Formats: sequence, C-alpha cells, structure tokens
Amino acid sequence: MINFATVYNVFIRDFHKQKKRITLTLLALGWGTISIMLLLGFGEGLHTQLSINQKGMGDEISILWGGQTTIPFKGLGKGRHIHLFKEDPAYLKKRIPELRYIAGEYHRWGAAVKYGDKILSEHINGIAPEFEMMRAHIPMMGGRMINELDMQLKRRVAFLGDGFKERLFGDEDPIGKQIFINGMPFMVIGVMQEKMQMSSYSGSDEDKVSIPATTFQTVFGDRYLDNIVYQPWDVDNMKSVERQVYEAMGVRYKFDPNDERALQIWDTAEGAREFNNMLTGINIFLGFIGSLTLLIAGVGVANIMYVSIKERTREIGIKMAVGARRSYILFQFLIEALLITFFGGLGGMSISYILTEAFKRIPIESEVLDFMGRPTISLEIGLIVVSILGIMGIISGLFPAMKAASVNPVESLRHE
Amino acid sequence: MIDLCKVTKTYITGTVEFKALKDIDLQIDRGEFVAIVGPSGSGKSTLMNLLGCLDVPTSGEYRLEGHSVNKLTSNQLADIRNTKIGFVFQAFNLLPYATSYENIEVPLLFAKVSAKKRRDRILELLALVGLADKLNNKPTELSGGEMQRVAIARALANDPDIILADEPTGNLDSKSGTAIIEMFHQMWKSGKTIILITHDMKLADQTQRIIRLKDGAIDGNGNLA
Repeated sequence: MINFATVYNVFIRDFHKQKKRITLTLLALGWGTISIMLLLGFGEGLHTQLSINQKGMGDEISILWGGQTTIPFKGLGKGRHIHLFKEDPAYLKKRIPELRYIAGEYHRWGAAVKYGDKILSEHINGIAPEFEMMRAHIPMMGGRMINELDMQLKRRVAFLGDGFKERLFGDEDPIGKQIFINGMPFMVIGVMQEKMQMSSYSGSDEDKVSIPATTFQTVFGDRYLDNIVYQPWDVDNMKSVERQVYEAMGVRYKFDPNDERALQIWDTAEGAREFNNMLTGINIFLGFIGSLTLLIAGVGVANIMYVSIKERTREIGIKMAVGARRSYILFQFLIEALLITFFGGLGGMSISYILTEAFKRIPIESEVLDFMGRPTISLEIGLIVVSILGIMGIISGLFPAMKAASVNPVESLRHE
Repeated sequence: MIDLCKVTKTYITGTVEFKALKDIDLQIDRGEFVAIVGPSGSGKSTLMNLLGCLDVPTSGEYRLEGHSVNKLTSNQLADIRNTKIGFVFQAFNLLPYATSYENIEVPLLFAKVSAKKRRDRILELLALVGLADKLNNKPTELSGGEMQRVAIARALANDPDIILADEPTGNLDSKSGTAIIEMFHQMWKSGKTIILITHDMKLADQTQRIIRLKDGAIDGNGNLA
C-alpha cells in the first residue's frame, strides 16, 4: 500500500534538497513539452488551414468531362468524341441514387464585361444553384447565389467572384447594379465570399462572373456542356458512382463502359485523401522530432532519480526492515518520477497553450498565414503529448525504481 | 520459537570468501530475554540480520515458529519483518523527513491497517513511550533518547512477538540508556521475546541468557550463573 501524501512529502523534501537539479530537470521537461506541443500545434494549424483551402474548390466532388472512345463498340468505331449535353445531369441523377448534387457547367473566356466606363475581358461561367454547396460559391451578406427560379426563368443575373468585384467595382456595393456582358445587361445579385482556393480546373473562382447555366446557353448558344460537377451523399461511394457514371453514359452515348478515355473524371476526394495522408506524415515527423527533444528530458528524469535513490539508500533499507515489499519501493520511486514528469509537462503544456492562444490573437494580415494557418493545440494533441510524457515518465522512472527495489536491505541499512 | 540449525553465512567479495557465521546452532524460546554479545567482527550483526529475516542463511536452516524461512520469497520475508519482528537500531533509523507520528505509522501502512485504527494505535504507542506531546516533531527536533523511544514505538506498532535490538543504547547517555533498557524489561514482562545485541556486558547481565559469539561461532551459550 502506498501513502500518496508521504510520496508527495518526500518529493517536496527532495525538491528542497536538490532544488537546482530538479529545477533544471523540470525546465528540460517543460522545454521538451513546449517543443513537441508547438511542433504538433504547427502541424495541426497547417492541416486545418490546408484542409480549408483545399475545400475552396469544393468538398468531395468529382469533375466530369467528355472524352474520345478508344474501344470499338456495337459497330461504332473508336475515336468518336463524347460530348456532354445539358440534359445529362438530370439523366445521371435519375439513374444514380447515390448522387447528392449534380450540375452542368459552361465556360467562356474573354467576354467583355462593362460597368460604367470600365470594360474588362473576363471568364463567364454558366452554373447552377448546386454550386453553392458543391463548389463553395457562398454569397457575402447582402447578396445571394443563383437560384432555381433564375434557372427556370433564364434570368439575366450575375454572381461575381470577389476578386472580379474588386476590379470592376472597387469599394462600391455592386448588388442590384447593372453590368453588361457582351453588351447584354445583367443584374448583380451577389458576390462570392473570399476563399482560399488551392486547386482549380477552370481558373480561380474569385475572378469569374457566374450566370445561370440556362441563361448562358440561351445567350451564348453553346451546344455542349463544358463539364459536369457531382457530389455523392457519401464520399466512400465515389468510386462506385464513377463506375455507374461510365455505365449510364455508355448506354446513352453507346460506348463501352470500360473505355476509360470515353469520359474524363477527376475525383478530387482521392486527391484529398492523398493530401491528408501527406499531412499526417508531416505531423508524425514533427511529433517525432518533438519526442526526441522530450527524450533528452527523460534522460534527465532518470538521472535525477538515480541520484535520489543513491541518497536515499538508507531510507529504502529502513522501510524494508519494517516490512516494505519490493513492489512498494518500486512504486514509490516510479510515482516520484511521474510527479516530476507531471509538473514539468504541466508547465510546458500551459506555456504552449498560452503561446498559441496569444499568437492566434495577434492580428497579423499575412498571405503566409492564410496559407499555413496558425498553430492550434487541440484536445488530440494534448492527449498525444500526455501519453508520450506518461510513457517517458514511466520508462525514465522504471529503471531507477527497479534498482531501488533491488537493493539489499542489510547493505542499505549500513549505508551512510 | 527460533531454531537455528547449522546455520552458515558466507560473504563472497570477488574471489575472497568470508565466513561470517559458522555452523550456528541456537534455540530461543517464546518469551525469553536473550543477549548476544561478542567483540566487533564476531558476527553479531550478521546473526541479527538472519534472525530478523533481513537476510537468509548460505547453508543450514532457520526455523521461525516451526516454519523454515530459507525458502521464503522476498514478499513473505517482508511480511514477517512487518508483523512478527520489531527492530530497534543503534542509529535509530527513523525517516528524517517524517514526524514521530508518521514514523510509527510506516509499518502500520505496510500492514494495511485502517486509518482510524492506525491513529488509535499510534497515539496509544506514543503514550506508552511517554512522547504523547511530541507526535508532530521530526527526528531532528528530538533528543537521542526520544528518538530511540519513537523507534521502540515503531517496533511495537504491529504487536510483533520478537523485538530485535542492535546496541539500542549505544548512542545514548547513561540516563537515557537506563530508561530504554527499562522499556525492554517492560516489553519482556508483557510477553515479548527480546533479543538484545550488545558488547556492553552490564546490559547483557540484565538479561536471562547470554550468547557469546567469537569469530562467527558460538563461544558460550547459557543462563547466567
């Protein structure tokens, strides 16, 4: 049986006797803890920020383009172009119940957009209301995204990328204003919220002018969709949905569903998974470096425990003489090592937390920070560091404690 | 109660073998008051370590209350030291950072005595050794005689059958020494088996039986004339 109050009292007494040594060990532990916490916190911040940035283009979506057949099928030769038509999204949605959203998209580069005296040559994008969810076309306050009624009525309304809005309107509020696209009047109904976009297939969304796809088709007369964007209910079904898209489109356009080149599909979720794995790898690497720093502190703990045991050999002998089992001696020293680790770790964790919280509150406007994020200490990091500290405390305490428990009571009673 | 049969203890340092005890045959009955005397180096302390289960014989057999201790595990030996034997050392061997109360509490903690019972027992023991008012004093705040009385109280904590005392008055002035010896007599009268290790013949003369050790062997064993 171990009396924790006694263990604590002995620890405090030792602290007074070995103030300098214990203080230095606590410092080393604190320093090691801060290193690992900040490294992991930095990794976490990077992870969070990059994940947000990655979702800038869209979350768990696939982009579908037309292609060219490479396998002859039902009497039709290879090399046929497969185009996407405006009816295809509805057709696929009906055939594939796993699809949550699907919508077609048109592009036109170099359209003249005019407001007042200013004329810009821009990228016009014909889209559907589903892009709000699939492609993160979130409107700023005071405006809205293209809706179903805009689609049905083929309204001449425009949703502006935030970068484009700056270039055309500057600080002026564009909502309700009229702009001219290739001479045709459009009303601005919304501006996209600023977002960090790390990937794209048709240029950055912030520079686009989006109008309803139906209006686009009427105005520009495009025969084919440029691409289709879709998102399944469950990202785990991405591959099976892809297969079904090939099958459904193969029936519709008469090509072999195994003809990979008949359509082109970019599964962004797969990229996200690989990207996440890479970030996890970086985090493990950072954690490993931090653990090495902490390991040095662990050696310090073991060292101080060995010294403490040497100085207290007689005490161990006395306890054994009055009936202490070896396991008691073992636990006593183990708990002491854990106490040192606990206090050092607690100090390091508190300082790390204060540092990262302070850093979050410093108002720095920086593109580097927009990209890298700010160090964040999550509960997960806390648990990882506590586990590492715990394991380190046990290992660095166990060997000295085993030595203490193995002393010969006769010898130790003679020890001065 | 204590039965040593051809007990030998050999220490090996490197290649040098040293026989601290040679073929010791010794019986001590329950309730006896025995002195073990001999010059330094005669094996007194080695004998005490064996009797106190701090060590085990190299050969021969040590039977305590009819059970052989030779083959006991370290945990079993610890339990015997905790409940059956009370030690009183020349150097007191109190824990320097603990109060009188806490020092006496140590063997009770190892015996898993409940908090309430521990408290009652410690106060009873402190009163018995006349230190009821010094329960919160640390060893550095006590005189030599007082420290030895705390050590005696600690030895009695779990009401052991045997008290092993190694030069208990060696570090005390004669007045304190006399008082301590008086306490041993009281313990003896209350039924304890007392084994006193000393080189002071005046002390030994106050016991029932003197066992003389010389060069690791028993040189004389018998009642005083």
